[in-house]
Amino acid sequence: MTGPKPPVLTVRQLRKTFQGNAVLRGVDLSLHEGEIACLIGPSGTGKSTILRCLNFLEQPDGGEITFFGQYLCAEDGNSNIFRIAPPRVLQAARARMPMVFQHFNLFSHRTVMENVVEGQVVVLRRGRAEARDRARDCLARVGMLERADFYPDQLSGGQKQRVAIARALAMSPALILFDEPTSALDPQLVQEVQGVIRDLSAEGMTMLIVTHEMRFVRSIAHTVHFCEGGRIAESGAAADIFGPNAPPRIQTFMEVAHG
Amino acid sequence: MYNFFFYAVPEHFPFLLQGALVTVELSLISMLLGTLLGFFLAVGRLSARRALRWPLDAFVEVVRDTPLIVQLLLIYFSLPEAGIVLSAFWAGIAGLTLNLAAYLSEVFRAAIVAVDKGQREAAISLGMSPVAVYCRVIIPQAALASLPTLGGYFIALLKDCSLVSFISVNELLRHATIVISDTFDSMDTYIMVAIIYFMMSFISARIIRYVEVWLTPSNRRATLSVPLTMDKEGAR
Ligand SMILES: Nc1ncnc2c1ncn2[C@@H]1O[C@H](COP(=O)(O)OP(=O)(O)OP(=O)(O)O)[C@@H](O)[C@H]1O
Ligand SMILES: [Mg+2]
Repeated sequence: MTGPKPPVLTVRQLRKTFQGNAVLRGVDLSLHEGEIACLIGPSGTGKSTILRCLNFLEQPDGGEITFFGQYLCAEDGNSNIFRIAPPRVLQAARARMPMVFQHFNLFSHRTVMENVVEGQVVVLRRGRAEARDRARDCLARVGMLERADFYPDQLSGGQKQRVAIARALAMSPALILFDEPTSALDPQLVQEVQGVIRDLSAEGMTMLIVTHEMRFVRSIAHTVHFCEGGRIAESGAAADIFGPNAPPRIQTFMEVAHG
Repeated sequence: MYNFFFYAVPEHFPFLLQGALVTVELSLISMLLGTLLGFFLAVGRLSARRALRWPLDAFVEVVRDTPLIVQLLLIYFSLPEAGIVLSAFWAGIAGLTLNLAAYLSEVFRAAIVAVDKGQREAAISLGMSPVAVYCRVIIPQAALASLPTLGGYFIALLKDCSLVSFISVNELLRHATIVISDTFDSMDTYIMVAIIYFMMSFISARIIRYVEVWLTPSNRRATLSVPLTMDKEGAR
């Protein structure tokens, strides 16, 4: 590698208000290729909202997001004009940073295989045969190939989430967004999903993960962002955040979270 | 009894069946057109543009708040004054279609709204355009969810078709009227009419049920291997 690459994603002063409730008050963030960043913080501080603004499931009200140097939204500081990229650009960006949801959100009328093929065919315009090959590959990576012909309602939570991860992987993503991927799972199923995410990290996948599982964060994150009051209150390398010299408010949060 | 089986049935049943055939034609064509129109009404009423929404809402409201028979009479007798002349058959189709579409648009709208919001978001987050989200995720699920209700409406429609006898369409009930004016045997004739309606409804219900089962994804899954592998998984 010759020198540092430009970031995959940069976020500057991102703001979002829900009916007068200022949830994001200027979020700054950047993410580099191969980086695993975890977003932690108390409930209701806007972690999900940050992810949902990155792929424009929610429309931000201000700030700047760039994805591989391309502006997804931007504002002119002088004239105060905020602009969002046209739908085509946003759709292309979403396909390259798919999201894994807390509640899986698999397409319930489609089999596991069809779930993983869908985005490839509809969005990336891959041929069916190619898409199925790739789907098989992705399902194998998450250990769900034998369930290819099952419908979502025939799967356990952990299995559903692994399929959802395969669905994201199939898009050949540059970045995967995870919003509390294990929060809706029974405790004994958490490991299997975390294991899959760990495998992805070993393969160098770039990931932005919102989670409350501190032990998981400690074991996987390169960077940790602590979210509070609608801002990233602290950021740092995982080693520092979990080290003895962690910022006091993070220490307090960890003690409450569990330690 | 003797008269019924050995005179009325052989003499008039075939003629009544001819009428029944027209009833079936009316029902099938109106169902097809009404479903299509109802679907577009539903999508239109859900669309964000208010200018498009209110006339559609108004149409549905008016149709639902007036009797079908009045609508049929208006279409058949009043539209010609506006220069639109329809044969009795097509006036019947038009009335039945508009009426059905208004009701079905409510059914479809509810079904569309009821599709899991999370799946919609998952589709968007894969980069699908709004049209793709609709066609690939929302419509298939909404259609499946409305199918049982749709079946019920078809059977109601089959029976509502008797109303178009008022605008002189030669369907089942009108053929019955013709027979009666000929024979004065209203009792036997209406018994035959009832039997024919019953058979049509009964057979339709069976067919609809069959289609429903066949279209439900969970019934198309490879059944036998499923419980076996699940057991293995559970035992581990
Ligand atoms: N669509 C919405 N409409 C109105 N308010 C919303 C909406 N979405 C989120 N909020 C509010 O924004 C705030 C932040 O919500 P968000 O879900 O981003 O928090 P979070 O950090 O993800 O919390 P958790 O850890 O519980 O998931 C909350 O107060 C929530 O009520
Ligand atoms: Mg959240």
